[in-house]
Amino acid sequence: MANYTGNPTAAAALVQPHQVHRDIYINQDIYALEMKHVFANSWVFVGHESQTPEKGDYFATQIGDQPVIQVRHKPDDIHVLYNRCPHKGTKIVIDRQGNTGKFFRCPYHAWSFKTDGCLLAIPLKKGYEGTGLEKTDSGKGMKAVGAVKNYRGFIFARLAEEGISFEDFFGDSLSSLDNMVDRSPEGRLEVVGQPLRYLHYCNWKMLVENQTDTCHPMVAHESSAGTAVKIYEDLDLPAGTPKPAAMEIIAPFMSPYEFFEDMGIRTWPNGHGHTGVHHSIHSDYSAIPGYVEAMSETYGEEKAKAILDENRHNTVYFPNIMIKGPIQQLRNFIPLAADKTIVESYIYRLVGAPDELTARTAMYNRMINAPTSIVGHDDLEMYERAQEGLHVNGIEWVNIQRLLEENEDFSEEAVLNGTTERQMRNQFDAWRKFMTYDSEKQEAAE
Amino acid sequence: MSISKDQLIDFIYDEARMLDEGRYSEWLALWLPDGHYWMPLDYKQSDPINQTSLLYEDLFMLNLRVERLNGARTFSQKPKSRCHHVIQRPFVDEMNGDSFVTNTAMHYVETRLDEQQLLALTARHDLKLVEGKLRIANKRVDILNCDAAFRNIQLLP
Ligand code: FES
Ligand SMILES: [Fe+2]
Repeated sequence: MANYTGNPTAAAALVQPHQVHRDIYINQDIYALEMKHVFANSWVFVGHESQTPEKGDYFATQIGDQPVIQVRHKPDDIHVLYNRCPHKGTKIVIDRQGNTGKFFRCPYHAWSFKTDGCLLAIPLKKGYEGTGLEKTDSGKGMKAVGAVKNYRGFIFARLAEEGISFEDFFGDSLSSLDNMVDRSPEGRLEVVGQPLRYLHYCNWKMLVENQTDTCHPMVAHESSAGTAVKIYEDLDLPAGTPKPAAMEIIAPFMSPYEFFEDMGIRTWPNGHGHTGVHHSIHSDYSAIPGYVEAMSETYGEEKAKAILDENRHNTVYFPNIMIKGPIQQLRNFIPLAADKTIVESYIYRLVGAPDELTARTAMYNRMINAPTSIVGHDDLEMYERAQEGLHVNGIEWVNIQRLLEENEDFSEEAVLNGTTERQMRNQFDAWRKFMTYDSEKQEAAE
Repeated sequence: MSISKDQLIDFIYDEARMLDEGRYSEWLALWLPDGHYWMPLDYKQSDPINQTSLLYEDLFMLNLRVERLNGARTFSQKPKSRCHHVIQRPFVDEMNGDSFVTNTAMHYVETRLDEQQLLALTARHDLKLVEGKLRIANKRVDILNCDAAFRNIQLLP
């Protein structure tokens, strides 16, 4: 096994056009490098603005392995701060969400900070007089991340002080987020309830790759989707009886290979991409009364139809989230270690749309992505078997060459057969790019 | 026919035993056709429909869940999980004619391969007497740490 510590170039060599080395998934030093380079230089999802609607509202989460706080400083100003007291390291907030009032106050020695992180007060401050505290990092208050962007309600952050801009990082891939938000007649989403939190003993990238793995549903999910179809057929309900709601959601997982081939995959630069260019498993959901009318009212009939005809399946935003525009779901794959990932699955309400849409989304979320889900169980089983299987020394490489083309250029947008693994290759191309981002910058400077 | 408090309590014990012994067809037969099995995601959650839950399943879904457990290609059930309930004597909270409500504290253990997890939970049963038999109208299971990150919960508490 190579020594990767402090050597992102060695890590980058683990990516080849048609395969990646297993150390990418099982090596803890690679994980450390990912946190330092890939997660620090990318724009990573933090939360939604509706999770912190009022001044002083905060939400605690992680960017990679870094504990952070999303906090509303002013009505229109959300900050992302590291969740660490600059004095001795105590986490400033420990609950997942709350309201801190006008300032944060560390519970250890009562240093206090404005909600933009600035140092407000230190008790018995004269003890620091003449010691030069103001020249240290500790004297400057709670540290903020490098950059924050609120894009249509979704908060993203870049840990690095300098680097790629939000617009350059996402480019045209923002069309998926736009479509999700446009589906609200008021152009606004609101988080609904708490996210599902599902712990996987596998590498985070396995989950991200699986989002555009269109050759697994009919196999891994035969036990749930196939059985659902069978039970439904056995019921032999008289024509006209409404289908059980479960069928609408679960049965499309059993669609044949051709369905997934035809749905198409699009990739964008920097590791983003989506399945369902032409249609998807979300295409045939029944109409909800009043919704199209509300949409037409806002956008006009033609534009409303264009928004709703877009049925993108899974959009992956590199490095670690997936959204489903048609049902307003976001899944955050938070890497805890090389072999440990927590998946948080959020749903959002389309402000101004009928409640039935939220109900369907909530049903999808619990049926497919809960720790109690009969669909998610089989995905987890596959990832964890792979995490263990990768330790086999006989084969050290993981294959990703389905529909590989010669000299693939990931800096170009591409639309291809829906069973290609190009999006996985695209993710690894971005992974390599951001892994070596700092070393290349350094080289350029030398 | 009237039902005594002891009969209600015995019903709850019997149900737990059916689940532990995997007697699912018997268990499904306890349910009234409109029943829902609800396991909230949020502490003291009040809305099962417009908000995510861990489970909110009608008989079609419960049936599917049970059928799937025995499927030839149910990979996450090879080998199968096992479960074990230890229940406290149920509280009988309501007895109104043919309708009853019980509340039961339980420790639920589920195991597969080398992993075992323990959940502390409270089950609320809405029961009805129909044609001389007690049936489950609805069941709500609140997990004490419902907001924690879980591994698979594959069987039914
Ligand atoms: S550690 Fe926070 S005030 Fe001392
Ligand atoms: Fe899957």
